[in-house]
Amino acid sequence: MKNSIKNAFKIAKKENRPAFISYTVCGDNTKDKSLQILNSISNDLDIAEWGIPHNCPTADGKDIQNSSYRALQNGIKLNDIFNLVKKFKKTKPSKPIILMGYYQIIFNYGERKFIQKCKASGVDGLIVVDLSFPDNKNFAKLCKKNSICFIQLIAPTTTIKRMKEIIKSSHEMIYMISTISTTGSALKYSIKRIIKNYNVIKKIKPSKNVVIGFGITEKTISSLRSADGLVVGSAICREITRSLKHRQNPVTNVSKLVRKLRNKII
Amino acid sequence: MGGETPFFKLENLTKHLGGAQIWCKDVSAINGDAHKAYHATVNALICKESGKRYIAGDTGAGMFGKNLAMAAKKMNLKCKIFMGTKDISRQAPNVKFMHDAGAEVVPVDSGSKTLVDAVSECMRHYVSNCDNTHLAVGSAIGCNIFLKICAWSTSQISRELKKQLIKEFGEIPKLKLINVIGGGSSALGFWNEFIDFDKKHVELIGVEAKYAAPLSTNAKVAILHGAAQYCLTDKEGQIAETHSLSAGLDYPGSSPLHGLLKDSGRARYTNASDKEALAAFKLITKLEDIRPSLEPAHAWSECIRLAPKLKKNDVLVVNNCGKGYKDKKIFIEQLGYYPK
Repeated sequence: MKNSIKNAFKIAKKENRPAFISYTVCGDNTKDKSLQILNSISNDLDIAEWGIPHNCPTADGKDIQNSSYRALQNGIKLNDIFNLVKKFKKTKPSKPIILMGYYQIIFNYGERKFIQKCKASGVDGLIVVDLSFPDNKNFAKLCKKNSICFIQLIAPTTTIKRMKEIIKSSHEMIYMISTISTTGSALKYSIKRIIKNYNVIKKIKPSKNVVIGFGITEKTISSLRSADGLVVGSAICREITRSLKHRQNPVTNVSKLVRKLRNKII
Repeated sequence: MGGETPFFKLENLTKHLGGAQIWCKDVSAINGDAHKAYHATVNALICKESGKRYIAGDTGAGMFGKNLAMAAKKMNLKCKIFMGTKDISRQAPNVKFMHDAGAEVVPVDSGSKTLVDAVSECMRHYVSNCDNTHLAVGSAIGCNIFLKICAWSTSQISRELKKQLIKEFGEIPKLKLINVIGGGSSALGFWNEFIDFDKKHVELIGVEAKYAAPLSTNAKVAILHGAAQYCLTDKEGQIAETHSLSAGLDYPGSSPLHGLLKDSGRARYTNASDKEALAAFKLITKLEDIRPSLEPAHAWSECIRLAPKLKKNDVLVVNNCGKGYKDKKIFIEQLGYYPK
């Protein structure tokens, strides 16, 4: 299962479509529910991304903030997350799973212990949104040693010089932030501009799998389908919020939404 | 900004406590009523110089917000101030001031509804608008450059104090410099010129609010708002909620620069409760003409604790870094009166 992220991209490429990546918050709204949601959508995903909730999520907009808040209110802890990953992997051993979080939670737990736990529970990749390059060099190395893909972020404001350095030290997957914003706002840049930025990255190193995330919704997803991968997060979290508000089952509603999103890019 | 802020001896308080000489560096006399005036002005200048038309800042007690609003108005910048809803209601006079100066006050209703959430929300706004907006972080916190902008701006306080001390004493006497610590911006400004002195010569004492006291209660290092710092957290590493009557001190983290001063042993940190700060305010305003806000009242509390244990030739200087009128309502609620 060592290269399952790489495989996911390979399969998508063979089918001439971008890899589809979901983002939900682990523990939203409860531990069981979040696992049920992930299980129910996993057949439509190429890669699953789970957020580690933090109560000071400075990169996140309202939707993911709400999800994180619900998860924390219902008592999720880091060890629960590892257990849930293990459970998920038991039923879907070949589906890659990425954890996304803030460095504080990892730092508090201890880097080595955290990575060991990730490895033991079957985590394939990590995004640490506020541990930027080059401060993440050692942590990324530690990930690689343990066969975990550390996913570097590239922002719209990243200079070409810095981009080259980041790409050089990146693993098999790179996350490109679509537009200057927190998660979940409307795209500030035109699709054309986003694709242009994407092509700049790809030109530097065509073999890297570059995914685009932030602000991708039902409306915008198909126009970005030339990318190696696309991440949808806030739109899904918003659906969970909506379902809970209307006392509907978030599991069925989220599956429907994810199916719709996927159909737009195949 | 009204020139040099005054430095004077508090004769009545010194006599009353019967120990060390007590001196006041009355930074609250500045145009803008607090040290935040320096920092807000410098941020507005940077914004102007970089060709940006918008400036965004966070505020707890409203002192930074008020000063940023003023500076922005003067320099023709559009200003947004992020403030927790709890702080908006308890620091109403400053909120009114911001509105009057033409700033937009953005209420932040997430989490504890105080400064920590206002800082997060302001950073989110900046991330989404960094092409036309300058981020003015309200204290010596956040990523590297922001705390430098802040601490170097407020250091005007210690540059003045050094001169004033030499004028009064003919030299830099053996000193204790007492300052309240929220994020830590006023203390860094008050101490800056004295950090290179031996601590037996110039002792630096920081006073936190009792239930927002990462430096004096052995909190762990945590990563918050883009920097490693001493910060109150729970076992899982989540940022803890704080409690202080003083909006400016109601913050779980502390400046990384204070972390450095703590680790190197250069400064020492203690704390004072709401009750102690109120008692200090009561005594100071009974004996002297100054009217500190709740924030420096914490520093005064430590001064009152310390002075009787010291000798006549010991010199205590307290940074009276904010004017009390913004807390008038709170003082009346808590003490039953606000002195004239």
